[in-house]
Amino acid sequence: MYKSLSQLKYLLAGLVFGVIFVKAEVISWFRIQEMFRLQSFHMYGVIGSAVLVGMLSVWLIKKFNIKTIQGETVTFQPKKFNRGQIYGGLIFGLGWAITGACPGPLFAQIGTGATVIVITLLSAIAGTWVYGKFREKLPH
Amino acid sequence: MDILNFVKQPWPWYVAGPLIGLTVPVLLLIGNKSFGISASLRHICAACVPAKIPFFQYNWKSESWNLLFVAGILLGGLIAGAWLSNPAAMTVHPALAKELAGYGITNYQSLVPAELFNWQALFTARGLLMMVGGGFLVGFGTRYAGGCTSGHAIMGLSTLQWPSLVATICFMIGGFVMANVFLPWILAL
Repeated sequence: MYKSLSQLKYLLAGLVFGVIFVKAEVISWFRIQEMFRLQSFHMYGVIGSAVLVGMLSVWLIKKFNIKTIQGETVTFQPKKFNRGQIYGGLIFGLGWAITGACPGPLFAQIGTGATVIVITLLSAIAGTWVYGKFREKLPH
Repeated sequence: MDILNFVKQPWPWYVAGPLIGLTVPVLLLIGNKSFGISASLRHICAACVPAKIPFFQYNWKSESWNLLFVAGILLGGLIAGAWLSNPAAMTVHPALAKELAGYGITNYQSLVPAELFNWQALFTARGLLMMVGGGFLVGFGTRYAGGCTSGHAIMGLSTLQWPSLVATICFMIGGFVMANVFLPWILAL
């Protein structure tokens, strides 16, 4: 019981994150189009400053060995390179410019009342499933 | 209420970006979790339609935090949409507005263009390609790449992982090609 209650912190973190997404208009198809046409600095500013703050936070956590609230040492999962990051990255990029949303914003868009995006999300889940099904046959 | 009106304005990038970046240490410090969103789609597959596929045979319940996180994003969208939304129409770059007007897109009242993404449009070639086709590419591509904008561009770059830089550059190349080469053709359908 306590364990499931403590999981609610992730719901709360997501909620705050979702509000920021909407208020910064990063879930907007229009802002994504501006980004890919170099018509606005907004998205570059959002992603760039997010990365800088993330980098600084990770550096501080490592430098001062800051522990989690449970007292654990923070662990990082190294990402190994494979060609999937190139092929998959290009494919995702193509989709991103069509839907105007990466996976996170899809959930937020549905929340704002764009109910039809449920179909986009279901299709994204289907895409993930098809990848899983044919994973062995794809170049990595 | 002045504060509410202040919050209702679109937030500038230098407010939103750093707040989004703070998600990285928040998730690390509240539960040793690495920021990433597209993995939730894999967990949904593993939970609902594993179909004996090895890629979906793992204990998705131990990753349930990720599903709660995306449920939270949906709720956050609901709250921001219902109570904090900007009453004014979005302002976009004049060149974009001019281009989109050529495809009959003139409604800037909501963040998701009402003329492109609606239930009726789903039964048109353009709508089907954009919603079903686009969604499929997002789901397939992110899993193939091993992450999306959050897992690679934000978490991966924050931890200085070069494979994430490769992935992020490919996201951008794909996006530029689609928006400038193929999308005009799709929008004209």
